Amino acid sequence: MELFIDILSWLSIIIGGVFCIIGMIGLIRLPDLFTRLHGSSVTDTLGAGFLIFGMALQSGLSLTTAKLIIIFGLILLTSPVATHALAQAALHAGIKPKLTVDKTGGHIAGEE
Amino acid sequence: MLYFISSVVVSFVFWLVLSGHYTLMLITIGALASLLVVGLATRMAVIDREGHPIYLLYRLVWYGPWLFWEIVKSGISVSKIILSPTLPISPTLINLKATQSSVVGVVVYANSITLTPGTVSVEVEDNEITVHAITTLGAMDLEEGKMDRTVTKFEGGIGT
Repeated sequence: MELFIDILSWLSIIIGGVFCIIGMIGLIRLPDLFTRLHGSSVTDTLGAGFLIFGMALQSGLSLTTAKLIIIFGLILLTSPVATHALAQAALHAGIKPKLTVDKTGGHIAGEE
Repeated sequence: MLYFISSVVVSFVFWLVLSGHYTLMLITIGALASLLVVGLATRMAVIDREGHPIYLLYRLVWYGPWLFWEIVKSGISVSKIILSPTLPISPTLINLKATQSSVVGVVVYANSITLTPGTVSVEVEDNEITVHAITTLGAMDLEEGKMDRTVTKFEGGIGT
């Protein structure tokens, strides 16, 4: 049983690490700021999620796991806010996203 | 009063989890600290239905796993796009209507969009959200409105 949990935990940590690397590759390969945000959100959600799940399996039912769950909740609450703030600031600073399809007709929410 | 008590309980549990030392003095200091912080927050009038939405807590039981599954699905598809040699992206900007009736509902919807890899909400105003999606297909999925309806149901607004 202990071996099984160990294997599951390492598998989860490796998958998390792979998603972090994928997010990083996306950060480099994608062409502009807005698409790069999508790359980093893979790291934020799946990368961090699997890493923390693997670490929680390592520490078992302890205070450390409770802290890890709090860290995960904090990441889930703060990372979309940071991403949204960055995207909004870029848009307001006049950075035009490179678009294939623009379905807004030039209208951004909140503008007259 | 309900919000005050629940905020104190949440802060105190937070203190207990982070502290890990359970002596009488440290527990007393923790209780006093949570009371002080929530007392100050109450004077700032941020402890209310909007600032501390505990009524959403029990619905998180089904919304959390649903959102988690959405994140996994779109995370894998974005990973495939990133690793694909041809980089098949079609960045799309789209305006969406949010059908939630409260500010908390719209915030949950916008944050869920951003949390899901492949879509980022770039602007929110009243009930209108401008979303940047990495593929046109992802934008179409959002326009179809499955996530919007689910968040409205989660919020307990028009949908229920």
